[in-house]
Amino acid sequence: MALKIVKGSIDRMFDKNLQDLVRGIRNHKEDEAKYISTCIDEIKQELKQDNIAVKANAVCKLTYLQMLGYDVSWAAFNIVEVMSSSKFTYKRIGYLAASQCFHESTDVIMLTTNQIRKDLSSPNQYDTGVALTGLSCFVTPDLARDLANDIMTLMSHTKPYIRKKAVLIMYKVFLKYPESLRPAFPRLKEKLEDPDPGVQSAAVNVICELARRNPKNYLSLAPLFFKLMTSSTNNWVLIKIIKLFGALTPLEPRLGKKLIEPLTNLIHSTSAMSLLYECVNTVIAVLISLSSGMPNHSASIQLCVQKLRILIEDSDQNLKYLGLLAMSKILKTHPKSVQSHKDLILQCLDDKDESIRLRALDLLYGMVSKKNLMEIVKKLMLHVDKAEGTTYRDELLTKIIDICSQSNYQYITNFEWYISILVELTRLEGTRHGHLIASQMLDVAIRVKAIRGFAVAQMATLLDNAHLLTGNMQRMGICEVLYAAAWICGEFSEHLENPMQTLEAMLRPKVATLPGHIQAVYVQNAAKLFATVLKSQEGNTDSTAAQETSQLMIDRLPLFVQSANLEVQERASCILQLVKYIQKLQQKDVEVAEEVSALFAGELNPVAPKAQKKVPVPEGLDLDSWINEPPSESESEDEQPKAIFAKEEPKHSRPRREEVDEKELAKRREARKQEQANNPFYIKASPSSQKVYQEAPGVEHIPVVQIDLSVPLKVPGLPMSDQYVKLEEERRQKERAEKKKKEKKKRKEKRSGRGKKHDSGPESEEDITPAHQVDIVTEEMPENALPSDDDDKDPNDPHKALDIDLDKPLADSEKLPVRSHRAAEAPKSPTEDGDATSQEPKKKSSKEKREKKKDKDRDRKSKEEKKKKKHKHEEKGEDLLGGEAEEPVVQSEETNEVAAPPTSTSAEVSDLDFWLSNAPVPSNTQETATVAAAEAAPMPEATSGIAPDSEPDEPKDTEMEETKSSKHKKKKQKKEKEEKEKKKKKKHHHHHHHSDGGGEEAVQNGTVEEEEPLPPMSNYCLLAENSYVKMMMEDADEVYDIQGNLQDGSQVVVSVIFENKCDSFLKSMEFNVLDSLNSKLQRPEGSGPHDGLTVPFQLPPGVSNEARFVFTVQSIIMPQKLKGTLTFIVKNEDSSTHEKLDFKLHFTCTSYLITTPCYSDAFAKLLESGDLKCSSVRLEGVNMPFHHLLARICFHHHFSVVERIDSCASMYSRSIQGHHVCLLVKVSAQTVSIDAKCDEPTLLGNVLDEIKQTFSQC
Amino acid sequence: VQNTVQHVLLQAEDMQQQIIRETFHLVSKRDDNVCNFLEGGSLIGGSDYKLIYRHYATLYFVFCVDSSESELGILDLIQVFVETLDKCFENVCELDLIFHMDKVHYILQEVVMGGMVLETNMNEITTQVDVQNRMEKSEGGLSAAPARAVSAVKNMNLPEIPRNINIGDINIKVPSLSPF
Repeated sequence: MALKIVKGSIDRMFDKNLQDLVRGIRNHKEDEAKYISTCIDEIKQELKQDNIAVKANAVCKLTYLQMLGYDVSWAAFNIVEVMSSSKFTYKRIGYLAASQCFHESTDVIMLTTNQIRKDLSSPNQYDTGVALTGLSCFVTPDLARDLANDIMTLMSHTKPYIRKKAVLIMYKVFLKYPESLRPAFPRLKEKLEDPDPGVQSAAVNVICELARRNPKNYLSLAPLFFKLMTSSTNNWVLIKIIKLFGALTPLEPRLGKKLIEPLTNLIHSTSAMSLLYECVNTVIAVLISLSSGMPNHSASIQLCVQKLRILIEDSDQNLKYLGLLAMSKILKTHPKSVQSHKDLILQCLDDKDESIRLRALDLLYGMVSKKNLMEIVKKLMLHVDKAEGTTYRDELLTKIIDICSQSNYQYITNFEWYISILVELTRLEGTRHGHLIASQMLDVAIRVKAIRGFAVAQMATLLDNAHLLTGNMQRMGICEVLYAAAWICGEFSEHLENPMQTLEAMLRPKVATLPGHIQAVYVQNAAKLFATVLKSQEGNTDSTAAQETSQLMIDRLPLFVQSANLEVQERASCILQLVKYIQKLQQKDVEVAEEVSALFAGELNPVAPKAQKKVPVPEGLDLDSWINEPPSESESEDEQPKAIFAKEEPKHSRPRREEVDEKELAKRREARKQEQANNPFYIKASPSSQKVYQEAPGVEHIPVVQIDLSVPLKVPGLPMSDQYVKLEEERRQKERAEKKKKEKKKRKEKRSGRGKKHDSGPESEEDITPAHQVDIVTEEMPENALPSDDDDKDPNDPHKALDIDLDKPLADSEKLPVRSHRAAEAPKSPTEDGDATSQEPKKKSSKEKREKKKDKDRDRKSKEEKKKKKHKHEEKGEDLLGGEAEEPVVQSEETNEVAAPPTSTSAEVSDLDFWLSNAPVPSNTQETATVAAAEAAPMPEATSGIAPDSEPDEPKDTEMEETKSSKHKKKKQKKEKEEKEKKKKKKHHHHHHHSDGGGEEAVQNGTVEEEEPLPPMSNYCLLAENSYVKMMMEDADEVYDIQGNLQDGSQVVVSVIFENKCDSFLKSMEFNVLDSLNSKLQRPEGSGPHDGLTVPFQLPPGVSNEARFVFTVQSIIMPQKLKGTLTFIVKNEDSSTHEKLDFKLHFTCTSYLITTPCYSDAFAKLLESGDLKCSSVRLEGVNMPFHHLLARICFHHHFSVVERIDSCASMYSRSIQGHHVCLLVKVSAQTVSIDAKCDEPTLLGNVLDEIKQTFSQC
Repeated sequence: VQNTVQHVLLQAEDMQQQIIRETFHLVSKRDDNVCNFLEGGSLIGGSDYKLIYRHYATLYFVFCVDSSESELGILDLIQVFVETLDKCFENVCELDLIFHMDKVHYILQEVVMGGMVLETNMNEITTQVDVQNRMEKSEGGLSAAPARAVSAVKNMNLPEIPRNINIGDINIKVPSLSPF
C-alpha cells in the first residue's frame, strides 16, 4: 500500500502541471498544434488514472487548453468526477472547468444535479460558493428547476458571502425557469434590505436586471427603491437604482416628479462622475416621460445640458463620449436646448476618436435646420473625403442621408442640391450603401415632381458614365444606384433631353456585367425609353430614324436574352419579340408610337412601406374560414365505400350553384370594383382620391430653375453641391431683399404663398423659402388604415418569459418543487382551512408553512386572482377619473369583487399611489384632473399654516377618504361629501380622542400642523399624530400579510409615513413604543424591550418617507392602544436640537379582520355548524343606498359580501387568528339590522361596536 | 501574441476565438488617448452591448457589457479587478497572469459571477480569495511537495526560460452576454 502511494507520487513528478504546459506552449511557437496534441494525449492518459490529484491536474490543464480554443468536451465526465471530489482544491478546479466547458447541450450536466445539491448544502461555505459560481455559468432549465428551492434557501444563509451569491444566481435561475420568479420574489425583495451591503447590492442588481426588461411589474417597488436611494451610500447600488428609476419613469410620470428633486440634489452634491452621469441620465428619462414640457422643468433640462457640456468639454475622452451619448437622449425631446451647443458638437466631429465622432454624428441629426443643413452636410462631405476606413465613411454616408431625409425632407430647401449630393456620394470608394443612395434617388424623384427634370438629367449622366461606377469590382455596392438611375430615366423619360443617347447607354454590352436585378431594370426601362423615342421620332417626316431605333433594340437585346438571370432573360425575350413586331409594322408605315407608349401609360404613386399590413380586413371577411371545404376525411382510403355515397351530393349542388352565380356575379363584380377603388395597390386609370398633390397652381406653374445658367450639368466627377451652397446663399439674400419690399406691400400674399409648404420649420427659419415650390408627395396609405404599432419583439427573448405579475398572490401550483415524499393534501374550502389566511407567503415562513399553503383550494385561488385583477383594473380606471364627481354606480353584482381588497396587489398598487401622491411636487396642482392621488396630497394643509383646532385635518381627511373610496368603487355623490366629513370627524374623535388633545396642544404651540391621512388601502383607521417643530408625521396602520401561524400570535405591520414639514434636516429618528402585555413592537435581536427602533432614513426638508414596524399581538379580541414616542434631531445649518413627539397607536378589532372571500355553500355550512355565538345590532337613521352601506362595511371593516338578495346581504370576514365572523345585514326604511355570528363573542361585540360607530357618524 | 480569455459564452470554441481575435483587433489598434468604449458590433451581441476596456502596459482588460451597466462603473470595476490581482499576486506582471490563469479565474469569479457583478469592494474580494487559497494550502495544494521539487528541477533544466520576452497582450473577456 505504502509502495503504491510512493509510486503514485513518483508518477506525478513527471506529470506536467499547468505552468509546465504554458511554458511548453510558449517554447513551441513553431509547432504549437503538434505540441498541444501530444499534451492532450498525456492528459488523456492522466485522466485514466485513479488518483484524483492527477485527474484534477489534467482537468486544470484542459481548462487552459479550452481557453485557447481547443475542444475538450470529450472530458466532460472527468470534469464531473473532479467536481465531486471532497477536497476543496479539486472541487474548485472541477467547477472552474465546468463553468468554462459546459453548455446547455452537455449531457453530463444531468449527472451533476445531486452533486451540486450536496455542495450547496455543504457545511463549508466555500464549497457552496464554488458550486454557486460554477452553476451560474452552466445552469440549465432542468438544473434551475431542480435546484431553485435549494438556492432559495441559501438566500437566507447565515454567511453573507453565500447570501450574495445565492441572490445573484437567482437571476440565472429565473431566466431558465421563469416559474420560480414568483415564489422566490418575496425573499428577493427582502434581501433589498439585507444588513450586508454586498447582499443588498446583489439583490438590487438582480431586481434591476429583471425590472429593466419588464418594468411595469416592478413599479410597486418604487417606494422601497426610493428609500434605498435616499439612504444608501454605496455608489454602485445607487447607480443601479438610479438606472432602474430611469426604466420605471416612463410608466409612471408621478414617479418622475418625485425623483427630480433628490436627483438634482445628487447631481449637485456627488463627486463621483459615474453617479453624476447616471443621475443626469435618469433626469433626462424623467424629463422625457414628462414631455408635456412643463415650464418649471426647463431648469432641470438646463442643469443636465450644462453638466453634459462640462463632460463633453472634459479632456477625458470617456466623459466626452458619455456626455455626447446622454446629449443625444435629450435631443429627442428637447432639441432646442441641445441646439445651442452646436459649436461643441461640430467640434467633436473633428475628434480623433472614432467613437466620439460617431456619437457627435448622432447628435447632428437633431442639429440641422433649414438654415444650416447645407453647411453641415458640406462639412460632412469633407469628412467623407478625409475618412479612412470604410466603416466610418459608411456611417457618415448613412448619416448624411438620414439628416437630409429626416421628417419627410423637412429641412431641404433645394432638392437639386440634394440630388447632387447623392450623385457625389456615388463616387465613394467601396461603400456598402449603394442601395441606400439608390432608394433616396428613387424616393426624391418620385415624390418631388418638380425635381424630376433635373433628376432625370443627372441620372442620364450617371448612366452615361456607368463605367466609372462599375469599373472596379470593389465598388459593386455602388452599382445599385444604376438601378435607380435606369428606372428614373425610363419612368420619367419625357424629361430626357436626349433619350436616344440614354437608350444607347442602357444597351451597352458592358451592362451585361451588372447584377441581374439591375440588368432586368435596364431592359424594362430601355423599352420605356424606346417608346418615348418612337413617339418623338414618329412626328418627323423621316421614318428611318424610328426604324433605326428599332434596329438598335433588335441588335442589342439578344445579349440580354442570353442572360443567365431568369428575370433578365424573360423580359428581354418579351421585349425583343415586341420590338420585332413593331419593326414589322414600321416597315408597313403604320403609326405605332401611341400604342407602344400605351404600354407604359399611367403613373405610379408612392406607397408607404407598411401600407399592405395596414389594410383593414373588410367586414364580414373571415380569413380563417375555408373558401372551399377541405376534402372530407371520409374520402380517405380506409373509408372508401362511404365515399361512393358522398360523391353523389356535389353533383346535385353544382347546377344550383351555377344558378346563383349568374345573379351573384354581377353583384360580386360591383363589389370588386368598389374594393378596387379603395385598394391602393390596384392601379387605377385615374389618380386616387387621397393623392396629396395639392397642385392648385399646377405643376406647370412651378418655376423650374434654369439649370443651364448656373450649374454645369454634364461634368461627371465634379462636386456640384458646393456651387449650390453658394447659389443658395445668393438666392436667399436676394429673396430677403425682395421679401422686404413685398412685406411692405402685402403680408397676406406671402402667407398664402407659403401655405403650400408641407411643414414650416422653426420660426427663425420662416424666412427661408424653398428654391422652388416643392410638393413632397406623401406616401399613400390605405383608407382607414389600422393604426397599429408594430411591436417587433423578439419572440426568442428569454426575458419575455419573465414578464410576470409579481403582485399577484402565489398559487400553490407555483410552488417551487421541493424534494419531498409527502403528497399534497386534498384542497379545502377556505372555511375549513382555518390557517391559510394570507395570500402572500410570509417571507420568514419555513418550508412547512409553505407546505401548508399548498393545500389551499386551487379553484378559489384562481378565481380570487381574477377578481383581484379586475379589481386592480377598476382601480386604475378610477384613478384616471380622479376627483371628478362620480355617479353612484350600480354595484350589486360587483360588490363581491370590490370587497375583496386586502391583497398585496391592491395594497401595493395603492401604496404606490399613496407614496407617489405624497411627492413634494410643486406642480401637482396642474395635474389633479388626471391624478387622483395627487389631489389627496397634503398640499393645502401643508401650506395653510396655523391650524385652528383639529379642523385642518378634516378637509384633508375627506380628500383622502375620497381617493380611497373611489378606489374601492364606493361612489359618492357630491352631497355625500358633507356627511362624510361629519362621519370622518366623529370617527376621528372616536378612535383618536387622545390625539385630539395632542392636536390642541400642538395648536397652542402655534407651529404645528396635524395630519391625519388615510393610507389608501388601509381600511384601518388612522392615527392622528401631532408633531413638534414643523414636523409632520403621518401614521398608517395596516394589517398585513398574516400567515396562518397561530402559535406565535399574529403580526400587525404598521406603516408610518414621516414627512418633514420644516426647513431643517431631520435625522436620527427613533421610533419607540411602550409595549403592553398583549402587543409588542418587534425589535431586532439583542435589543432590550425598551429600546427604540431607528428609522432607517433621514429626512431632508419637504421629503416624506415611509417606514414599517412590526407588532406582535397576542390576543386580538379587544381593541388596544399603545403609547409611543418618536425622537429625532432637527438639524439646522448652525444648530441642532433634539426633539420628541408622542403618539398613540390604536389597534381596533376591525384591523384584525382580513377580507376573505367565502362561497355561499361554505358560508351556510359554517352557520349550520353551531359553533358560532350570536349577536346583533340595530342602526337607526342610516340614510344611504344599500350598496353604499355594504361597501362601507366591506371597506371599513374588511368584510366581503357572500350573497345579496334585495335588501338583505350576508357578509363574511375572518380574523388574523382564524375567527370566522358572519353578518346578516338587512335594511328596512332607515333601519339597518345586523345579525352577527362569530366563534369569539368578545371580538364580535367589539367589531359590531365599531361598525355601529362608523354608521352613527353618517 | 497570445490571447487568453475567459469566456462563458455558449458558443462553439471557434466562435469564441473569433470574438477574441476581433475584440483584440479592435482594441489594440486604438490609441491611448481615445475613449475606452467601443460600440457593440454584431459579434458581441448587437447594439445593446459595449466593449469597455482598460489598457495597462501590454495588457488589455476588456469587459463586454450591456446597457444595464454604468460605463464609468465598469471602468472602476476593471480598476478594482486589476488592483485585486496586484494584491493577490504581489505586484502582478503579465507572466503571473499567463502562468496562473486558473488563479486569475478564481479572483475574477469573486468579482463577477455568471456575468453579473458580484462584489465591488476590493478588501472583501481579497479576503475571500485569501481564505480560499489558505484552504487549498491546508489541503496540500494541487501540486504537493514532491511535484514542486521536480518542477523546480525542470525549471533549472530549461535555460531559455524567457525573461523579457514579449508575451503580448492578455485580453480578458468577462463572461458576457446577457446581463453584464
